[in-house]
Amino acid sequence: MYVGKKVTRVDAYDKVIGRTRYTDDLCDRGAYIAQVLHSTIAHGKVVSMDVSEAEKIPGVVKVFTCFDVKEKHYFPTAGHPWSTDPGHQDVADRLVLTEDVRFYGDDIAAVVAEDEVSAAQALRAVRVEYEEYPFVLDVQEAMKDGAPRLHEKYPNNILKHTTIQKGNYEEAIKEPGLTKVEGWYETPTVQHCHIENFICTAQMEGDRITVVASTQIPHIVRRVVGQALGVSWGKIRIIKPYIGGGFGNKQDVLYEPLCAWLCMQLGGHLVKLDIPREDTFVSNRVRHSIRSHIISWVRPDGTYAARKLEAFSDQGAYASHGHSIVAKGAGAFPQLYPCENVEVDAYTVFTNKSVAGAMRGYGIPQAMWAVECHTEDVAAKMGIDPVEFRRRNLMPVGFTDPFSKNELYDDTFNQCLDKAMEAIDYERKYKEYQNQDGEIRRGIGVSVFWYNTAVWPISLETSSCRMVLNQDGSLQVQLGETEIGQGADTAFAQMTADVLGVPLGDVHVISCQDTDVTPFGTGAYASRQTYTAGFAIRQTALLLRERILKYAHELTRMPPYNLDIVDGKIVRTTDGRELMTLGELSTEALYSLTNSQHLSAESTAQIKSNAYSFGCTIAEVEVDIPMCRVKLLDIVNVHDAGKLINPALAETQVHGGMSMGIGFGLSERLMFDEKTGRALNNNLLDYKISTFMDHPRLKALFVENPEPTSAFGTKSLGEPPACSVAPAIRNAVYQATGVGVNEAPVNPHNLFRRLKEEHII
Amino acid sequence: MSRQYKVVSCTINGKKVEKTVDVRASLTDMLRDDYRLTSVKKGCEVGECGACNVLIDGECFNSCIYLAVWAQGKEILTLEGLAGPNGEISDIQQAFIDEAAVQCGFCTPGFIMSAVEILEAKREFSDDEIRKLMSGHLCRCTGYENIFRAVKKTMLRRLGKEREAEEV
Amino acid sequence: MYDIKALYEAESVEHAIRLLTEHPEAQIIAGGSDVLVQMREGKRAGKELVSIYGIDAMRGVRYEEDGAIRIGSLTSFSHITKDPIIKKHINVLGEAVDMVGGPQIRNIGTIGGNTCNGVTSADSASTLFAWDAIVEITGPKGGRRIPIHDFYISAGKVDLRPGELQTAILIPKIAYEGYRGHYIKYAMRNAMDIATTGCSVNVRLSADKKIMEDVRIAYGVAGPVPMRALSAEGRAKGTPVAKENIQTFAQAVLEDINPRDSWRASRAFRRHIAVVLAERALKESIRLAGGEVNE
Repeated sequence: MYVGKKVTRVDAYDKVIGRTRYTDDLCDRGAYIAQVLHSTIAHGKVVSMDVSEAEKIPGVVKVFTCFDVKEKHYFPTAGHPWSTDPGHQDVADRLVLTEDVRFYGDDIAAVVAEDEVSAAQALRAVRVEYEEYPFVLDVQEAMKDGAPRLHEKYPNNILKHTTIQKGNYEEAIKEPGLTKVEGWYETPTVQHCHIENFICTAQMEGDRITVVASTQIPHIVRRVVGQALGVSWGKIRIIKPYIGGGFGNKQDVLYEPLCAWLCMQLGGHLVKLDIPREDTFVSNRVRHSIRSHIISWVRPDGTYAARKLEAFSDQGAYASHGHSIVAKGAGAFPQLYPCENVEVDAYTVFTNKSVAGAMRGYGIPQAMWAVECHTEDVAAKMGIDPVEFRRRNLMPVGFTDPFSKNELYDDTFNQCLDKAMEAIDYERKYKEYQNQDGEIRRGIGVSVFWYNTAVWPISLETSSCRMVLNQDGSLQVQLGETEIGQGADTAFAQMTADVLGVPLGDVHVISCQDTDVTPFGTGAYASRQTYTAGFAIRQTALLLRERILKYAHELTRMPPYNLDIVDGKIVRTTDGRELMTLGELSTEALYSLTNSQHLSAESTAQIKSNAYSFGCTIAEVEVDIPMCRVKLLDIVNVHDAGKLINPALAETQVHGGMSMGIGFGLSERLMFDEKTGRALNNNLLDYKISTFMDHPRLKALFVENPEPTSAFGTKSLGEPPACSVAPAIRNAVYQATGVGVNEAPVNPHNLFRRLKEEHII
Repeated sequence: MSRQYKVVSCTINGKKVEKTVDVRASLTDMLRDDYRLTSVKKGCEVGECGACNVLIDGECFNSCIYLAVWAQGKEILTLEGLAGPNGEISDIQQAFIDEAAVQCGFCTPGFIMSAVEILEAKREFSDDEIRKLMSGHLCRCTGYENIFRAVKKTMLRRLGKEREAEEV
Repeated sequence: MYDIKALYEAESVEHAIRLLTEHPEAQIIAGGSDVLVQMREGKRAGKELVSIYGIDAMRGVRYEEDGAIRIGSLTSFSHITKDPIIKKHINVLGEAVDMVGGPQIRNIGTIGGNTCNGVTSADSASTLFAWDAIVEITGPKGGRRIPIHDFYISAGKVDLRPGELQTAILIPKIAYEGYRGHYIKYAMRNAMDIATTGCSVNVRLSADKKIMEDVRIAYGVAGPVPMRALSAEGRAKGTPVAKENIQTFAQAVLEDINPRDSWRASRAFRRHIAVVLAERALKESIRLAGGEVNE
């Protein structure tokens, strides 16, 4: 059996010898080079464009402006499954090039040249005349009457406002003896920073167009390219090779439609659109900055009487994933610490900034920042130990969400907390770090998190799988679920080998998705790959097994129920005798003069379940007060992701999420100029993701309570590790200094401001 | 405007080679386009991510901000050059596999080449020194933890410290 | 591929001067870690370049006849850090340039490039200011040597006349003998960063290690170009090694420095940090010089 074992990644060898091909590695050197011209104002209209100088530059093929887009096919970009119900479809507000400028960096023209230098020269030579409008960068300013409006259809720039009402908040707060705790918490705009920038190529064959793209969601990209071009979807072919990380940015349709459109304008010539790092920051997607206001009314015994959350999510200029992000966090609020009386107001608001989309955690890192910073504040105000306070109020075992039917089956939170506390020697350190003075102080902080796997019942959950048996008894496996670096292909191979009964090396998972040949699937998001693909793999492998045993029955005359496949051999279960190898059977089946069969199986699993995936972080810090600096000394994450398919890959997924959480908590923030709306630090030097020298050793531990709804007892792990790190760091700094930094990140600037406000420096 | 070209002779992965290159080319361009050494990755093109790192005369350089013409007479080593005469992979590559130090794999070639420079020093570095020597690379997948393990273990093994390596 | 109009590769200093004279619009490129980045941004796009990267005679560290330490302008940061002469006399310079970017940048970046681009955040510059470095410039009319303070004219502008290039940086014996120093780079992360503020301090103690006979302090990012804090130096010079004197010295830097508000950091933040750095860097310099500060 391979599930549960630390088997080597199926793609590791090629990756360490440099043979793995990514999009640019596959592109023919004869490709035209396209580059996008971005607006240099935050809000307004392109009045005219003069491309005459640009088109004179040798090597320039053509310059396309927003005025060349004659057929206006507005398209949505969110990597959501399509909804056949128009009321649930994503907002279609993008064009391949736009006259209406809504942020500094909007796509207003594209140049195509024979080489990158000519293309860059042409970009600089295009003259643009704008009509400028006032712009708004702050989410709450944007909601005010009279604020500049980005989209006609959305008054006060509110894309969506949803509420949750439980019990009666107004009545409940009248209970005598309650303590009110109130706070504002804010998370910054951050970016995914996958090391491979977004890149795609497009070329026509006949009247069909092939796009090779660094994407997480090839089948969704096919649909959207079709929508954006007004072309029948079957004429679009998307190929997704290995990709250099995605983290949600590539769970959006980015520049595939533009690249395909340019290719079509140029008679189908191969066009490459390789987005520079600077543009990746500004004109791809970012994480929603969310400002949250929480009021809690707490009884003397440390239980909640009533709670209220207002969350303002900064959508940037276009709808992309829209309200789904803040809605997910808002949905977590009444569940993580259940309370009888809850009011939630969640707003998603357009501003003239970079477009926010999906990013690892999908609203939960922002929600956990607010909720877990606040939890710490409440515990402190009530004089209750922060861990004890959490244990008292956390979701109890048996809690069921009436909407998703998710259930907390096990005592996950306490198990995770116990394990984390032991691993980091929490109790001793917590006591030791109480009431310090001096310039250098230490602290230790806790945060839990709420997360749920996949998107059912909000959206479609489907997974299709194809298995094809080869002459030698090995098999190809194809799935719409994508390998984006997380190790999905390896997990799929392990599952297949176990269900079918073949050696792992005989399972060839085809990593590349090609929408012409890959079974339909919606791709990598919502930490759903292992969970959803598991159903399709189990179902398809059982189907193939049945066909194989049926054929074995014809060859051996043994009834199928007395046969099994064990380690790639047909075994008679009554006496354990090996009757033939799978290779012998398969060769016979293919070349038989009497009964030739290509043994294969294909099936679709529709998944109508979803699973909670919970855990916690404990972080230990040292704060150098005069220097306003936080040093992370130690950190541990503990997750209950159900049964681990591959503990080694699970561990490294957690490391990566922790790293992203450390950046979110301590250093990352994409800034915009108040005067122009221009991004200020859109490069890897000025935008501070953590380096090798900014981390302590990362500890990743697990509690493995098998998930009963799951095909292999597993559930999400891709995104959860990024959800609780930042508030744990903030809470550690709080213990060290007594100062709560409610605006992430806890970088020297924010810490300096807060230490000054509290007269500590 | 006429283009300017220059013949660049150098040693790449142990082999003497010569090609006429556009003087505007970066070493990344030359290695990727002229020699099809696609382990040399482009992540930022301004020397901030380390994905294009190669060894030049034994020292690490971001090939994106190194002019191709400067390679004249130099010895260049890319990830493709690490394999032994029979295609066997090096200990550091094996360690990246064994320690699960690879995820999306895009930063991996650059990291391994920096590790090669560290290992070629044939001395034991402290944990902080290893971190500093590897700090010219950004990785968004691994949190650097398993890369650290792979490098430290290989360093210790090369120094005959098998037991210490197991404890990393 | 860079937008280079033409590339001229110099084989010697004389050749470089000739090329620069023939192509007055050309930009000198040393290691390229600044020039190529700016070219890609479009700032220097379409320019002619004179590459001096191949002039090996401009590399290395050695003593001059008078005992001055001569650092060839093309010496890379990593080679400065590893150099035995630097380690022996001005180890702080090796430490400072070992904080530039990351290892690959330190292999390509040169001390000449770091100073000729004229930016205030250069990690080498504050230490060179603090050690009274002399800049050697060679041009069509021969060579000239000027104090580094005079080399910096304004932000991004240095005293290089047509046809000239910087060929070496010298630290006079009188400036280094008996001194020990410490550099603190304040940045937002521990690698791959530029200084929010950089502070380099050195001190010469009396034979009994009780008196600060001389103290020098210089900053990066405390003004448009690297600068010395002379009022602070004056306060500390000749005073006993004592906590109060160090604090007085540190506070006094506020009389000298003039950092600005920018999105990278506020003026208030930089002023606050400058004082903390002055105190800590002087304390460490005293320790390195064999002195002891009673807390």
